[in-house]
Amino acid sequence: MIGLIDVLGPHHVPSGLSTNIISDISQLLTYHFMVNAFAAGTIVAIGASVIGWFMVLRRQTFAGHTLAVIGFPGAAGAALLGASITLGYFATCVAGAIVIGLIPRSPSGRPRGSESALIGTLQAFALACGVLFVSLYRGFLDQLTSLLFGGFLGITNTQVVTLALVCLVAVCALAIIGRPLFFASIDPDVALARGVPVRTLSLIFMILVGLAVAEASQITGSLLVFALLVMPGAAAQRLTNSARYSLMISLASAIAMTWCALGAAYYSIYPVGFYLTTFGFALYLLALAIEWMNNTRSSRSRARLRGSGMRA
Amino acid sequence: MDDTPTPESSRYPARDHEPIVRFRDACVEINGRTIWRDVDLEIAPGDFAAILGPNGVGKSTLVKVALGLLELHFGLVTVLGGPPGEQRQQIGYLPQRRSFDPSLRVRGIDIVRLGLDGGHWGIPLPKQFLRATTRDRQRRVDEVIALVGATEFAERPIGQLSGGEQQRLLIAQALVQRPRLLFLDEPLDSLDLPNQSAIAALIHHISATEGVTVVMVAHDVNPILPYLDRVIYIGPGGAVSGTPREVITTETLTRLFKTPIEVLSTSDHRLFVVGQPEPPAFHSDRHVHETHDHHLHQHSSDQRDVAPPHQHRVVP
Repeated sequence: MIGLIDVLGPHHVPSGLSTNIISDISQLLTYHFMVNAFAAGTIVAIGASVIGWFMVLRRQTFAGHTLAVIGFPGAAGAALLGASITLGYFATCVAGAIVIGLIPRSPSGRPRGSESALIGTLQAFALACGVLFVSLYRGFLDQLTSLLFGGFLGITNTQVVTLALVCLVAVCALAIIGRPLFFASIDPDVALARGVPVRTLSLIFMILVGLAVAEASQITGSLLVFALLVMPGAAAQRLTNSARYSLMISLASAIAMTWCALGAAYYSIYPVGFYLTTFGFALYLLALAIEWMNNTRSSRSRARLRGSGMRA
Repeated sequence: MDDTPTPESSRYPARDHEPIVRFRDACVEINGRTIWRDVDLEIAPGDFAAILGPNGVGKSTLVKVALGLLELHFGLVTVLGGPPGEQRQQIGYLPQRRSFDPSLRVRGIDIVRLGLDGGHWGIPLPKQFLRATTRDRQRRVDEVIALVGATEFAERPIGQLSGGEQQRLLIAQALVQRPRLLFLDEPLDSLDLPNQSAIAALIHHISATEGVTVVMVAHDVNPILPYLDRVIYIGPGGAVSGTPREVITTETLTRLFKTPIEVLSTSDHRLFVVGQPEPPAFHSDRHVHETHDHHLHQHSSDQRDVAPPHQHRVVP
């Protein structure tokens, strides 16, 4: 993997973390590659957290993971062919999403029993292809590591613009289909009877997941996409019963996690994927603790109400 | 229509209103297997109708045809005067046995709200930008939740509510858009006895006060019998529709089920159906009954003592 010294040159070694947070942050943003990393990270966090929130709601995390694993041979294959790695991620993730979206299901969109075995088989084969492509490319172990576990160095301006455009399209599409998708996700039978195009929505959403996975993979690597795709949504859904607040918490926590992880990775020698995933995990544990406290409190107050005869 | 005693038209002379649901010589095939055929029925505006019959005979299929989710193989069906699936905003639907994952953090009130605007595209605006129509919608949601008696628990996550509480909220969801026609598929299933009669009374109250025509699929007729205007009995030998008194007779049911069935009348003029080829209601695997259809009636005398839902009582 390219180290900070390689990017900055020997005379621009970061001066290390000081006690002054303002100067630390301004030091972070003096370097163009860091500005690009923050821009790309923020864009990816926005797309992944809102699309991931629906993915968690729809219990489709396994499909999301499959798309991430399919993206790995795509990116490695693109490198092998001399094409853009970004293009490799987008092409394979979206193609995979369409295939998964077209797997026959019952009219209300419930998966058939054999689906998870089929997807698991595809995952293993995709990983194997990726390893083959990297070794054909005679890539270094470093490149394999950054494809699988992510990195934030060397993000180009073109990449930032591409990420921003794709994110804009995906989030706008989600905003348009959001409410019927929510309906179809939690109540497919009634949604179908009310004329909601459940199957079409399911396919469109799977393509959006493909886009979000391809974006997130470029920061977190193929194996750690769940840090941005699942953790914020899963934590937020434990914290509140309101869909609107839950989405907002997911979005805000994904952006905060990304900024903290990039800062931490800049000032230390450990990879950004580690920090991002660790912060996401901490967030999830915090959400579990808060949920548990809320549950104990509300069941105690219900018991008190019953005891005082306020409930008929 | 070889299985019904008389043609529908002569049995039900011309009504003032066009029937809300009408099946004519209807037949459904799924994967080459005939589910039912020769189904003729009419449901008039304001009726409280029940679709009865053993499991697996195609009661839910009939509802799905009326909703436009399944096509007829041949025959004709009209709903609210047009082809099925055309007037979706006028129809409320409660599918069979829905249960929500206990970890699903969606409030009951949001589930009800989806019945009103779940099919609308675009993002819902935050509260401060509410237009008058949106406020009206919120008022309608609160009103219908009060109607089903769910105000107390509507703010809690749906997955954490009891079966009866969930069912009340789902009925509210089906009602929230003021439908003219309500299809309820086994709404009393998996409820305990007090909840069964409470929900049955609630549905009757709704059909009377909101002027909604109710078509309810039921496995056990007892909790709803006092309220029924019309019974549609589907059996292996076809379907019969009429008032409970007309349909639940020894001759009709025997012809319908192609096995001897006796309808007994007690001294206080209540009816009992004996020998109906149907497994007991608490049978653990209700979907194996098809293989039992032809011999279960032989056990009926033994099962009478242990399985009260086996007998259908008709209050005159």
